[in-house]
Amino acid sequence: MELFFEQTLNGLQAGFTLLMISSGLTLIFGMMGVLNLAHGSLFMIGAFVGADVLARTGSFEIALLAGVIGATIAGILMETVVIRWLYHRDHLDQVLATFGLVLMANQGVQMLWGSQPRTISRPGWLEGALPVLPGLQYPIYRIAIMVGGLLTMVILWLLIERTRVGMWIKAGQTHRELLGALGVNVTILFTGVFAIGAALAGFAGVVAAPYLTVESGMGDNFLILSFVVIVIGGIGSLKGAVAGSLVIGLVGAWGQTYLPRLLTNFTDPSAAAAIGSSVASASIYLVMAAVLIFRPEGLFGGARG
Amino acid sequence: MAISEPDIGLSRGCLHRILAGKARIWIALLASLTLVLAACGGDGEGPAEDTTTAPTDESETTSDVEREPVTVGMITTLSGNAAYLGEDTQKGFELALEMAGAAEDINLLVDDDAQDPEQGQTVADRMIEREGAQIMTGIVFSNVAASVVPTIVERDMLYISSNAGPSVFAGEQCHENYFVASWQNDNPAEAVGQWVKDQGYETVVGAAPNYQAGLDSVNGFRRTFGELQNEFYTELGATDFAQTIAQIREESPDAVYFFYPGGMGIAFVQQYVEAGLAEEIPVFGPTFSFDETLVDAIGEPAVGLQNGSFWAPDLDNPTNVAFVEAYRETYGMTPTNYAAQGYDTARLILSALEAVDWNVEDTAALREAVRAADFESVRGDFSFAPNQHPIQDWYILEVVEGEEEGDFTNRILEKVLDDHVDAFVDECPLSDE
Repeated sequence: MELFFEQTLNGLQAGFTLLMISSGLTLIFGMMGVLNLAHGSLFMIGAFVGADVLARTGSFEIALLAGVIGATIAGILMETVVIRWLYHRDHLDQVLATFGLVLMANQGVQMLWGSQPRTISRPGWLEGALPVLPGLQYPIYRIAIMVGGLLTMVILWLLIERTRVGMWIKAGQTHRELLGALGVNVTILFTGVFAIGAALAGFAGVVAAPYLTVESGMGDNFLILSFVVIVIGGIGSLKGAVAGSLVIGLVGAWGQTYLPRLLTNFTDPSAAAAIGSSVASASIYLVMAAVLIFRPEGLFGGARG
Repeated sequence: MAISEPDIGLSRGCLHRILAGKARIWIALLASLTLVLAACGGDGEGPAEDTTTAPTDESETTSDVEREPVTVGMITTLSGNAAYLGEDTQKGFELALEMAGAAEDINLLVDDDAQDPEQGQTVADRMIEREGAQIMTGIVFSNVAASVVPTIVERDMLYISSNAGPSVFAGEQCHENYFVASWQNDNPAEAVGQWVKDQGYETVVGAAPNYQAGLDSVNGFRRTFGELQNEFYTELGATDFAQTIAQIREESPDAVYFFYPGGMGIAFVQQYVEAGLAEEIPVFGPTFSFDETLVDAIGEPAVGLQNGSFWAPDLDNPTNVAFVEAYRETYGMTPTNYAAQGYDTARLILSALEAVDWNVEDTAALREAVRAADFESVRGDFSFAPNQHPIQDWYILEVVEGEEEGDFTNRILEKVLDDHVDAFVDECPLSDE
């Protein structure tokens, strides 16, 4: 029971981290129709800038701010220099160009910061663990990630549902020609949405870094998971991103624990551990396949058609 | 008449066509930039020929004999989370060439396999078919080695491993052209298993990434320690260990054995400490979980942790003292085990080339010369078992604070295995000859 509870917390925490990346990706994909493979690179750039600033200043808070700003600047550059020219082209061109950006970013951070893995350590006031159940200490920082993820999502939701800019963003997803005709500067709006996505990715990069190593290519894995999330949740849907992220997080955490145990009934423990771990890694893709079979538009993708 | 043809801020027509044309140029530019960057990344690290400050005595050995340089192909990992493993191997290798005054005699090709078997294969084919590589070495990861090595040794060419020693090539599938100058994957774990057993721990759980070397490592531990209480495998490269740590807590064993090389090791130890388990359940691992780069990154929490290795910076023999000193002088850091392995691999190759008078055409003679292992190793005693894997001593090391603030290093605690041979030697057909 304790184990189940701890793994549920772990799953939620993994889900919230993923949510901060996938929410930006789904906004960008939903609005501009661009498959941005370089979204994971923004996550990485945020982490690298954060690690660099942390090493210089010793302050996690300043590093977090710097990581967000760094990723936002990188995102704006990416949008204005490359991605802007791809809105009218087919997905293959977009994939090719943004994959090029991934390679450049991966090599670029190595040229700038070297290939030694770097770390970001947690701020002092979030060190340690809280007793969440008798006999179960849960790291405060992981709780903080969940709270941070929840807060950013609330802010993002308020932005989209309660402000004029949010109205434009929603309108841009479905009626972008009309939006342009009504005098909204869609070019700037797109850059703005891209910057919001980049900022979220950069935020996630710094916040998740204490559990990762800051290294070239660290965003690639998250990118793949983020695409799984938006396929499950429905493209362009923020609600879908929330549901998809939490599903992926929980399925991953429970699968890693219980699949090997299940398999010990059929084979020897050592093989069960190895096979179970592989099956658990694959299980999120099984979930995605199931969603695609029964709800091809994703859990919350119906509205967009 | 923009209203009749609304389009997100860009009017169609001439301008649009120009922009579309520009986009094409951008993409072409991007693609070429990417290629250039990739090329730079591949060989940008490590000492450039003219900046190396290693002590050389080139004039004594090379000036009197004119000979064709021998081309050595090094496929190694220079990108991603384990890039420093390959870089250190290369640094150690190049330092050995410099110190022997042989930098001019070896044409060293180095390229990145990106931890990817397919890419490794591509690099190997290119080096051998097009760039004239005559001896191959360098692969860091066992999954890459498992796919690339057979295609090299079947070409009647020697492959001398500077790192990966997967169990599959130590037993039945051993090959006369395949040498391992580092260790067989199971060995470090066997040393740790022996030590943990000697210390009186009864229940132990294992944790490792789910790939050949991870499985080999846990098997090696089991071989000397006995059955494990449970085993946990994680995806290779993943660095969030919350789920594994939750399960370790549930099992509450006497000790934990873990194998997490590169960036994975930093993350595991930090999270283990954070979860409050470090005081309750001690962790042990092979040296790959505790190399000099890792312990520097982990910092304070690593102090006192014990690990198994064939070598340590403070191993006391003249070759090692000279190596560690020269390495610190040249690169400004304490060598890792990967650097030591690169160094020894280069010295092994040089010794064999000397013995055959730099004639690499006769593979059989070169093979014999490598098998003789007539070189001074940084680990002291070194010889090849019949399956062409090392016979060597194994030590338990302890992480200690270095001389400078914030610097951590490994120090030898005790020798646990003497003249150790791997467990697969009898399955190898070469042993019957």
